Amino acid sequence: MSAPPSPDEGLTAAQLAAKYGLSVSGARPSLPEYVRQLWDRRHFILAFSRAKLTAQYSQAKLGQLWQVATPLLNAAVYFFIFGLLLGAREGIPHDIYVPFLVTGVFVFTFTQSSVLAGVRAISGNLGLVRALHFPRAALPVSFALQQLQQLLYSLVVLVVIMLAFGSYPDLSWLLVAPALVLQFVFNTGLALIFARMGSKTPDLAQLMPFVLRTWMYASGVMFSIPAMLADKNVPGWLTDVLQWNPAAIYMDLVRFAMIDGYGSSYLPSHVWAFALGWAVLAGVIGFVYFWKAEERYGRG
Amino acid sequence: MAERTPGDRVPTVIADELHIVYRVNGTKSGKGSATAALSRILKRGSDDAARGVRKVHAVRGVSFTAYRGEAVGLIGSNGSGKSTLLRAIAGLLPAEKGKVYTDGQPSLLGVNAALMNDLTGERNVILGGLAMGMSREEIRERYQDIVDFSGINEKGDFITLPMRTYSSGMAARLRFSIAAAKDHDVLMIDEALATGDRKFQKRSEERIRELRKEAGTVFLVSHNNKSIRDTCNRVLWLERGELRMDGPTDEVLKEYEKFTGK
Repeated sequence: MSAPPSPDEGLTAAQLAAKYGLSVSGARPSLPEYVRQLWDRRHFILAFSRAKLTAQYSQAKLGQLWQVATPLLNAAVYFFIFGLLLGAREGIPHDIYVPFLVTGVFVFTFTQSSVLAGVRAISGNLGLVRALHFPRAALPVSFALQQLQQLLYSLVVLVVIMLAFGSYPDLSWLLVAPALVLQFVFNTGLALIFARMGSKTPDLAQLMPFVLRTWMYASGVMFSIPAMLADKNVPGWLTDVLQWNPAAIYMDLVRFAMIDGYGSSYLPSHVWAFALGWAVLAGVIGFVYFWKAEERYGRG
Repeated sequence: MAERTPGDRVPTVIADELHIVYRVNGTKSGKGSATAALSRILKRGSDDAARGVRKVHAVRGVSFTAYRGEAVGLIGSNGSGKSTLLRAIAGLLPAEKGKVYTDGQPSLLGVNAALMNDLTGERNVILGGLAMGMSREEIRERYQDIVDFSGINEKGDFITLPMRTYSSGMAARLRFSIAAAKDHDVLMIDEALATGDRKFQKRSEERIRELRKEAGTVFLVSHNNKSIRDTCNRVLWLERGELRMDGPTDEVLKEYEKFTGK
């Protein structure tokens, strides 16, 4: 082009960009700026999670009824296998075993499905990442939020089961809220960590179900950890470590809050401190770890 | 910001020696068999090629400066790197080497990826708007315009049905209407023009002209030389990821038509 000589002649690209205040496209924002951008997209995050939730069962004849029916069937299967066939109710009073088991299944499923959704949050939505601008953390956060809403449906089932087995609402039920909020933060942290790892190594989607199943069996979903290990001659610290694992902590807290016969003797010491600690640890590490690679998501 | 005299050309997009490389997993020896995958893992630490990761060098060292008020066409044969370049300018694809500087946030015209076929058209309008970064109020204000523009409800109340029940033309019209509802500083259009029936095409061309007026700089990828000629005053010709020619529309198109043998 034969443009008239301009004062910009002879500037390098970087100097020219600086002179007119242009910024590098696709650069990673600072951490506070990133938090602000994410907050700006809160409506999108919520709408996306609700859309995903609704879309799940939109082709089924029973429609949204499956939101409640799925957890109910899940609980029934576990009760059939572990309650009736295997009789793994060691150390748990007979009358609270069903609520104990069902609570464990629901609470663990919350973490489990958040992690699984996290692994695919970026790698399964590359089209979205390559077409539109938004802080990429919106995706894993949105998927974790979807699982939270799924859990709220499960809670409806849980309340019915509690009533059926003689645990009635009282003030201690309110403790469910802080426990689940902390678990949600913990889950979101994990989802962020696995979203970054899964974007680099999609193979994790194949591997994680096995890891998570192992975690589930080790966390006392269908048995009480202290009762199971009491007569097994294992060192006391092992029991503590198993009980302090985040999945066990959150399950125990919800059980403690809702089940009448499940008193504080079943809980490890410092249980709320651990619940908070795990949430803060996973939340902060997950967020920073995910943000560190912000500009690289979308590379195929 | 520097003080500028009127008539000065203000750059809005600067690409500086830009390289984009795609990495594709599991392509070695073409078979993707289990043993091949295993040997790939065992060779970890050696370079990408040995591990069966193939690199596709889609854009090779492209440099240009686009100014405010320009409408830039991108032409070239299939696979020449036009869409990739567009995404890199928008900051959606990370650069391997080199940099892109932009004024504000360039946006790609298109919202397809955010929409869900199982949801109603109504919810998709809201979801798509939010995904593009519009606020709830903005969407509420423009909701009726979007629906009217798409013409979805001309044949009955379709907007409250799931999008999977739409014909492909109807779905394309709704997608375009949502995408075109937002104003952009730097706007990029990737062959979005030819959707829907003749009537809708006319309407969408008009809307694109409007968007162009509001936007600072427009990039258009198209294989249709006529729409490039109608829309753009400058053309970048890409071939095999390299910038082959950069100049006024007529000059470049003449050479390009010679090259393609028209």
